Amino acid sequence: MAGYKPVAIQTYPVLGEKITQDTLYWNNYKTPVQIKEFGAVSKVDFSPQPPYNYAVTASSRIHIYGRYSQEPIKTFSRFKDTAYCATFRQDGRLLVAGSEDGGVQLFDITGRAPLRQFEGHTKAVHTVDFTADKYHVVSGADDYTVKLWDIPNSKEILTFREHSDYVRCGCASKLNPDLFVTGSYDHTLKMFDARTNKSVISVEHGQPVESVLLFPSGGLLVSAGGRYVKIWDILKGGQLLVSLKNHHKTVTCLYLSSSGQRLLSGSLDRKVKIYSTTSYKVVHSFDYAASILSLALAHDDETIVVGMTNGILSVKHRKSEAKKDSLPRRRRPAYRTFIKGKNYMRQRDDILINRPSKKHLELYDRDLKNFRVSKALDRVLEPTCTIKTPEITVSIIKELNRRGVLANALAGRDEKEISRVLNFLIRNLSQPRFAPVLINAAEIIIDIYLPVIGQSPVVDKKFLLLQGLVEKEIDYQRELLETLGMMDMLFATMTRKESTSVLQHASDGFLENKKVES
Amino acid sequence: MVAEESVRVVRCGGSELNFRRAVFSADSKYIFCVSGDFVKVHSTATEECVHILQGHRNLVTGIQLNPHNHLQLYSCSFDGTIKLWDYVDGILIKTFVVGHKLHALFTVTCAEDSVFVIINKGKQDIFQLVSVKLPKSSSQEIEAKELSCVLDYINQSPKCIAFGNEGEYVAAVRDFYLSVYFFKKKTTSRFTLSSSRNKKHAKNNFTCVACHPKEDCIATGHKDGKIRLWRNFDDDKKYTYTCLHWHHDMVMDLAFSVTGTSLLSGGRESVLVEWRDATEKNKEFLPRLGATIEHISVSPAGDLFCTSHSDNKIIVIHRNLEASAVIQGLVKDSNIFTGLMVDPRTKALVLNGKPGHLQFYSLQHDKQLYNLDIIQQEYINDYGLIQIELTKAAFGCYGNWLATVEQRQEKETELELQMKLWMYNKKTQGFVLNTKVNMPHEDHITALCFCNAEKSETPTLVTASKDGHFKVWILTDDSDIYKKAVAWTCDFVGSYHKYQATNCCFSEDGSLLAVSFEEIVTIWDSETWELKCTFCQRAGKIRHLCFGRLTCSKYLLGATENGILCCWNLLSCALEWSTKLNVRVMEPDPNSENIAAVSQSSVGSDLFVFKPSEPRPLYIQKNISREEVQWGVFVPRDVPESFTSEAYQWLNRSQFYFLTKSQSLLTFSTKSPEEKLTPTSKQLLAEESLPTTPFYFILGKHREKQDEKINKAFESELVQLPLTENIPAISELLHTPAHVLPSASLLCSKFVNSLLLSKETKR
Repeated sequence: MAGYKPVAIQTYPVLGEKITQDTLYWNNYKTPVQIKEFGAVSKVDFSPQPPYNYAVTASSRIHIYGRYSQEPIKTFSRFKDTAYCATFRQDGRLLVAGSEDGGVQLFDITGRAPLRQFEGHTKAVHTVDFTADKYHVVSGADDYTVKLWDIPNSKEILTFREHSDYVRCGCASKLNPDLFVTGSYDHTLKMFDARTNKSVISVEHGQPVESVLLFPSGGLLVSAGGRYVKIWDILKGGQLLVSLKNHHKTVTCLYLSSSGQRLLSGSLDRKVKIYSTTSYKVVHSFDYAASILSLALAHDDETIVVGMTNGILSVKHRKSEAKKDSLPRRRRPAYRTFIKGKNYMRQRDDILINRPSKKHLELYDRDLKNFRVSKALDRVLEPTCTIKTPEITVSIIKELNRRGVLANALAGRDEKEISRVLNFLIRNLSQPRFAPVLINAAEIIIDIYLPVIGQSPVVDKKFLLLQGLVEKEIDYQRELLETLGMMDMLFATMTRKESTSVLQHASDGFLENKKVES
Repeated sequence: MVAEESVRVVRCGGSELNFRRAVFSADSKYIFCVSGDFVKVHSTATEECVHILQGHRNLVTGIQLNPHNHLQLYSCSFDGTIKLWDYVDGILIKTFVVGHKLHALFTVTCAEDSVFVIINKGKQDIFQLVSVKLPKSSSQEIEAKELSCVLDYINQSPKCIAFGNEGEYVAAVRDFYLSVYFFKKKTTSRFTLSSSRNKKHAKNNFTCVACHPKEDCIATGHKDGKIRLWRNFDDDKKYTYTCLHWHHDMVMDLAFSVTGTSLLSGGRESVLVEWRDATEKNKEFLPRLGATIEHISVSPAGDLFCTSHSDNKIIVIHRNLEASAVIQGLVKDSNIFTGLMVDPRTKALVLNGKPGHLQFYSLQHDKQLYNLDIIQQEYINDYGLIQIELTKAAFGCYGNWLATVEQRQEKETELELQMKLWMYNKKTQGFVLNTKVNMPHEDHITALCFCNAEKSETPTLVTASKDGHFKVWILTDDSDIYKKAVAWTCDFVGSYHKYQATNCCFSEDGSLLAVSFEEIVTIWDSETWELKCTFCQRAGKIRHLCFGRLTCSKYLLGATENGILCCWNLLSCALEWSTKLNVRVMEPDPNSENIAAVSQSSVGSDLFVFKPSEPRPLYIQKNISREEVQWGVFVPRDVPESFTSEAYQWLNRSQFYFLTKSQSLLTFSTKSPEEKLTPTSKQLLAEESLPTTPFYFILGKHREKQDEKINKAFESELVQLPLTENIPAISELLHTPAHVLPSASLLCSKFVNSLLLSKETKR
């Protein structure tokens, strides 16, 4: 017939943050490694190729870090002024960076001196990027222009002068070598096509655009400016899909997680928020010590690197899962023994014998099933259980009470065991959700152990502690009731006043109406 | 229609299946059980009811197979007749009129033409075991008045009588002694337990008895849980007994297996214990059978057992202690707190069933459809234990939602309350727990109701409680990006001057909610939860509250504890009429304006059917039951009846069922609904009344394969193949009893040779 029904463990709503798969995923990082840079970290970029080094742009230097190194493995410092936006090429072998003096420099990762220098911008170049064909570089500068450069002969191919303010961010399409997007302080985002030498789409963000991001498919465009993050549908000609306002200061950087399922945004309010790209709801957020300027994720979200205004680079590595496996594990039957014969097709003459699947029972349930009540209680009074999951202990006590065997289970304990029970009572008796069950248990304990009181100083101390606790609780409840009474009185007076004023108001209105009529 | 004159109160289904031991047919294909005035024939494989043997005019009290023809069945009844049935076709063969009230029936193979019955002679408590000679005659109805007393002053229950060793003796137990009557010697021996003389409080009263089928051994069960095995009882001095003890409570029934190698026992623990070789060490258990075991019986073929339980259920159990089928009737052993409800989907009657369960009972088929486990906790059956009880339940939104309330109160201050909301899952065709609310109120919940209006968008539930509040619960969206979910939350808490809320009720369109606070009825707007108006009659606490329906929806009815029935008009906010009626049950008909009220007086219960618009009742039936009627419900009919007479028109579209204090389910009908019950399959007929053994399977398959092979090989040729039955060697082997056969080594070669196909037959 019906099998044993396990004890219903009372669940209580967990206060605070809800535990979801996202919080688990994004909390699964080690404590951050902090690296001090010379100035505000304006850009972090990961090499798309293994070993996934990353370039950090801060002040007039570009540092290249290895994944786990705390010291830069390479430094480019041949800048006369502040460097901006060091970006790797798709193959990870070239690096391009802009600078305050208007130059755009191209480096070989292995070399030290720039391979190419593109001169043409008259003011600081804040954004550079490689196009999808790897042979061109797009740059945007404070002189309101966007330029397209040819790498082999280091020449300027095209200049777009459509923006009317500083161009501070840009992004080249990963699929089409001719398309790229720039965002400017004139509040617009423009998509340029190198084949038409003018912008093809222009959308109004509403705030100075700080960061822009194209989805890998190229269908969606994300822009950040002011407190807003906006998603635009390129395929519908730049229609606004959704506008997110989750930060309370300017959003400075955007990044997509490697799966493309989550969007990250960093802001001056020192927070990184993570959005789902299907519902655009915030699923998680990180706090940092200073305003965030740049943000990057490594391949497979292995590392989160955040650059801040105070020159601190925070590097978080994902906890490796291999460690758990290294623990000595009991040898279990191989997986195939469990699935053996599962996909066997029944023949006509076969008689199918169903073996009922074995239900897994907790240890305390196994004890209860066999009516070993004291043992079940002992099991849930283990410190691991009482501290981590007191609700299980309380549920078992409740179940023993329901079965009418709580007194049997509590009786016959020695000093150590009874003090364990008392410890649990002292810790949890005053919690309102456990109180009804535990008070009953405490009464039973007092009844049982009253004759032997005074034999053990340890237990006596615990009993006194429990008594003090109960008295304190009674005082506390009395105070609460007093407060409640006072508040009731206040509310009563308030409501009466309100109702009278409402009545007066109504009658006034009525009179006025009459006057108007007359 | 003539039938109209005879609308009367009839019992409807739900009779006790566990009243007497069930009996198996010889081939174990069928199981017979008593069910009120009928005998039911169920298939052991499918649990389906194959036949209902109708004919007795009172409770059937005993059934036995005819020992001389295993296709026939004897039954006896309180109406004083013994009937002989052909159960294969469901035909009554003969009726023997005995005249006395018959309490039990026994048959013995050696007694050629007589059966044994228990009758009551003279005083209340004195019963006799008598042998009845059944005269041979061709007529249908025969008088059988030739009685001869076998044992006097015995227990009424058939469990206390057992015939042993092919009918050589009969053992009977009562109170503290065991008496054995030997038919050959015609003497009675009496055995008393030594301790019972000295100790007054020794609880070793005899409760049941069973006899070993082969040896001279009697097993008796006792009140203290012990089983005693008696031997050498033909000698008054040298008798011995051994004790088996596992049960901690009364042994309810005992049975020996057919070969006598094992003894089965059961009791309150709901565990079937099999004692192998009558030793204490070798025992097997089948635990968690759900309720107290009342009876145990064993099939003549020896492959099946069955246990009858106090929750009106029969479990068919295989020889290897595996439950194979459950025949479940209406569960009646618990208190009905939830009242009667109708599941809008299945039209099944829903009420408390097994402890912690709701049962869904089909009125048409007199069968339990399924049990819904509400409490979902291990049931510990122990005397004096306070159990969690399912106190309230309600269906809402066309059966999509079910709300249940369970409570357990050990002391005054320690109340455990839990409300559960169940959603109907279309995929699994069952209710799935959606929301669990711990302590929804601080005191007992007195009423709960769903808003069943058609237009309401969000499902709404109202609970009223003794703590002076009523709470409105609504379904809210609880989904996030990970999952879609709905859950119930409290939307509004209302109270009225700290009076206890006793009833709540929604109007038909869902626009108004009426909540009664002791003597006062309050009307609330369900849109804004504003108090609209109050009614007060100062005539005692309101016990029932309901809105009128359809054309009478402007009326609100309330029945008070002081026996006043009031009808308020909601448009004028005034009392329309009131009358003095001690209403116990008030139920509105969902299909019409009618309201049925059952009143209680010292003589019995009376039924009044009326429309709220006119105080004159449409129909009055006095004395529908001598007991107090506890619950009632209108069940919509599948096919409307057409009563032309005005008095019975209220029965046209719905039927009124009610439950009395002794838990008999009654209704109004022209004929007994049990007569209307139709067995689902009549084609299940016994072709071969021999048990199908594994050997049969092997041989049968072998034969089948042979046939196939031959058909393939010689499609065009006509081949005469000797069938296995035709081979004398095989038939000899199969039909000779095992104990007279020569040793297997002698038979083997002959047998195998006979199975081989010789070349001559092939060609």
